Amino acid sequence: MLHTRSIGELAETLRRREISSVELTRHYLERIESLDPALNALITKTAEQALLQAAAADRRLAGGETAPLLGIPLIHKDIFCTDGVRTSCGSRMLDNFVAPYDATVVARLKAAGAVMLGKANMDEFAMGSSNETSHYGAVNNPWDHGKVPGGSSGGSAAAVAARLAPFATGTDTGGSIRQPAALTGVTGVKPTYGRVSRYGMIAFASSLDQAGVIARSAADAAIVLQLMSGFDAKDSTSVDMPVPDYAAALGAPLQGLRIGVLKEFADGLEARNGALLGAALKVYRSLGAETLDVSLPSLPLSVPTYYVVAPAECSSNLSRFDGVRFGYRCKDAKNLQDLYERSRGEGFGAEVKRRIMTGTYVLSAGYFDAYYLKAQKVRQLITDEFRAAFERVDLLIGPTTPTPAFAIGAKIDDPVTMYLNDIYTIGANLAGLPALSVPCGFIDDLPMGVQLIGPHFSESRLLNAAHRFQLATDWHQRVPPGYE
Amino acid sequence: MMQDWEVVIGLETHAQLATKSKIFSGAATTYGAPPNSQASLVDLAYPGVLPVLNAEAVRMAVKFGLSIGAPIAQRSIFARKNYFYPDLPKGYQISQYEIPVVGRGALEIMLDDGTVKSVGITRAHLEEDAGKSLHEGLAHASGIDLNRAGTPLLEIVSEPDLRSAKEAVAYMKKLHTLVRYLDICDGNMQEGSFRCDANVSVRPRGQEKYGTRAEIKNLNSFRFVEKAIQHEVARQIELIESGGKVIQETRLYDSDKDETRAMRSKEEANDYRYFPDPDLLPLQIDAAFIEAVHRTLPELPDEKAARFSALFQLSAYDAGVLSASRELGAYFEAVVALTGAAHAKLAANWIMGELAGALNRDNLEIGASRLAPAALAGLLGRIVDATISGKIAKDVFEAMWREGGGADSVIAAQGLRQITDAGEIAAVIDAVIAANPKQLADYRAGKDKLFGFFVGQAMKATQGKANPAQLNLLLKSKLDGA
Repeated sequence: MLHTRSIGELAETLRRREISSVELTRHYLERIESLDPALNALITKTAEQALLQAAAADRRLAGGETAPLLGIPLIHKDIFCTDGVRTSCGSRMLDNFVAPYDATVVARLKAAGAVMLGKANMDEFAMGSSNETSHYGAVNNPWDHGKVPGGSSGGSAAAVAARLAPFATGTDTGGSIRQPAALTGVTGVKPTYGRVSRYGMIAFASSLDQAGVIARSAADAAIVLQLMSGFDAKDSTSVDMPVPDYAAALGAPLQGLRIGVLKEFADGLEARNGALLGAALKVYRSLGAETLDVSLPSLPLSVPTYYVVAPAECSSNLSRFDGVRFGYRCKDAKNLQDLYERSRGEGFGAEVKRRIMTGTYVLSAGYFDAYYLKAQKVRQLITDEFRAAFERVDLLIGPTTPTPAFAIGAKIDDPVTMYLNDIYTIGANLAGLPALSVPCGFIDDLPMGVQLIGPHFSESRLLNAAHRFQLATDWHQRVPPGYE
Repeated sequence: MMQDWEVVIGLETHAQLATKSKIFSGAATTYGAPPNSQASLVDLAYPGVLPVLNAEAVRMAVKFGLSIGAPIAQRSIFARKNYFYPDLPKGYQISQYEIPVVGRGALEIMLDDGTVKSVGITRAHLEEDAGKSLHEGLAHASGIDLNRAGTPLLEIVSEPDLRSAKEAVAYMKKLHTLVRYLDICDGNMQEGSFRCDANVSVRPRGQEKYGTRAEIKNLNSFRFVEKAIQHEVARQIELIESGGKVIQETRLYDSDKDETRAMRSKEEANDYRYFPDPDLLPLQIDAAFIEAVHRTLPELPDEKAARFSALFQLSAYDAGVLSASRELGAYFEAVVALTGAAHAKLAANWIMGELAGALNRDNLEIGASRLAPAALAGLLGRIVDATISGKIAKDVFEAMWREGGGADSVIAAQGLRQITDAGEIAAVIDAVIAANPKQLADYRAGKDKLFGFFVGQAMKATQGKANPAQLNLLLKSKLDGA
């Protein structure tokens, strides 16, 4: 079956001209057509453009060109601006917004010859952990349609898990790649902050947002990340450092690798989740790695810290959606104030408004020091503790999520419980560290993930560790029933 | 008894930096383009776009900092100033708040009595300008022009060191001279490239504590600065003396009515929710960069004035006038290079007198002078070598200004050469004396004042061409009874 092949295998099949990119693209478009109605993983399908891009890729292939993603289909999270294609960010605010330019990530993958099948559903403005805040409705988890796929990159993760595309892009501000990847049984990589350009990626919390990849394996993710990464003069926070050959780093033995087990995460873990982590540690030890306990005492402060910093930045980032130049504008505005209030009041959903209000509050005169400034200090503390830990260990390991996917509607009315879903993932964002989640087993027939966190710019090491794990296990090859 | 009030003024000056592109986008900054034709996706704050700092704007800010002897911050922070307004597309302005790029410096101004006063400059920071809202000519709507959005500004904040409207103007003019010397701002006040907000308060003389201040926004001419401050000072004093209290507020100056009026009070002011802009890294400036900028610093106005004074024995006032712009200073030096330093004072007088008058009359800048430095030097040369008198030289100057041509050709064509032949002058004097026997008798009887009458008659007879010194000498000896 075409859709069970890895990116490497597909590229080889295309190179040998056993199949054309147009045929491959059609295959995925047909899967989307028949399977997505039950999932709602895509907001916009771009079949026509996809076939044109596939035909162009076929011409390049016919010319003898070989490239790792040439002719390979993908789905972009609808947070990335795509020239001439609606870019909604999961919001009514941008329901009518057709981006006039490509995000750098989109442009790079386009230049690499990848074929865009459509734009993935997501939590509104990436604010959510269940994909339920989307203006376009919840996404159903392919493993159980009554369950959430996680979020905010819920559409991307569900699409890859359902084999609607070989890979998808995502963004991760507090776990938005890793958490949905874990809950849908796929591999999600959040690179180091600054590794991938944020240009054209609609901002939620600028100091935390990072683009990454959701794929079926670390090996596939390595290929994609290679082409997404690198310095971009259009993003001042992007880092001007050469991108290592990630694929070439795969396969290195793990002998002597020191893996720190995060005490703060392992303690109090639900028993079955703890057993999955224990099993993963066993795999790593069998591969020659050494595991040792590591404590980051400030790490439990990640969630409150995040829910000050991220809303503060979002309250300012989302000010540009004012009904004046693009996006939703209320009908019959009486005056300027009315235009602002109703355009924003009607254009944004409840969770976005909650965060804008929280953020406005923590930045206000009289509260700034107690909230924003204090949160920045804690953030620095957490960063310092990570740095100290990486003097003792090469990687850190822990669970990706506290529980498997929960029922749609179960937590949406309780923001604090919802926010605690990201308890294990937020730390890496606060410290700007690369992290990934790989499937590590099941609880109640629902997939679970184990998370690896590395020092800044250790993507090669992380991907290799994940790849070795996947060579020794087959969790990542499990396909949701009905999507084989 | 009337209270003696002391006026306290601080200025926040906005100098638009003369970069080709905007501070955070690649769009052009040219003034006067059709509305919204110079607004890129970044200026329009499209979803997903990011700011990238223009290095040229930083270079210009550093140049300014060095010119006022201020420390340059090795690390400064861009912050977001959050508020909603249609001409502010992002809903926040990127500015520098807690840590500005330029620290404390000073600028010297000359007061009316010739004394020099040092005015403290608290800081200068980089920020972006907003767009423009247009409320005229549109029915039931406002227009937004975002061409100006993102134009780089250097906000220069003075200490509350200024004590009168005149001092404020002198400071503003000095700053204006400086930024043009540095080539970092075109100084065009009509187009808004150089404008200021004035913080004005009054306090009883001798009191240490400042009075409550009002901020007058957006003054874009030296005259408006002076008039607005004068008006505001009078308003505050009148208010206090009639038992009222000044409240801290923002006021607008209406130049048509010559008054200021309240815009918004402190209570209504926005909470700008400043925080560091996470899209921009801290601005890091190393010693090598500062050193490189330092090497590009031109001779500064005060240095040039001091050199003129020392080298050419000019008064502080003359040196100040001639160094008011780089172009004027260069013109003066070009003239003096030809006349020689011994005649620098003559050159200075002519440039500040006849030439300035003619430029002013025809509304020309020194760079567009109809007399090149060599032409003026040629004219001065004829005064120095006594070919013509200073008085005739003014006529020659006018002819040169009107019709072009060198001094020599004008003098030759119009026969203006000075008469220096003693015999010729003596003959004229003899004729004048012979024609006025009564005046001669009166003069000799003691009416000394009549000397001037004889000079006038002799000059008239020579169409003013007689060498004045020779004429005086000869006339005196003849009248006194040769």
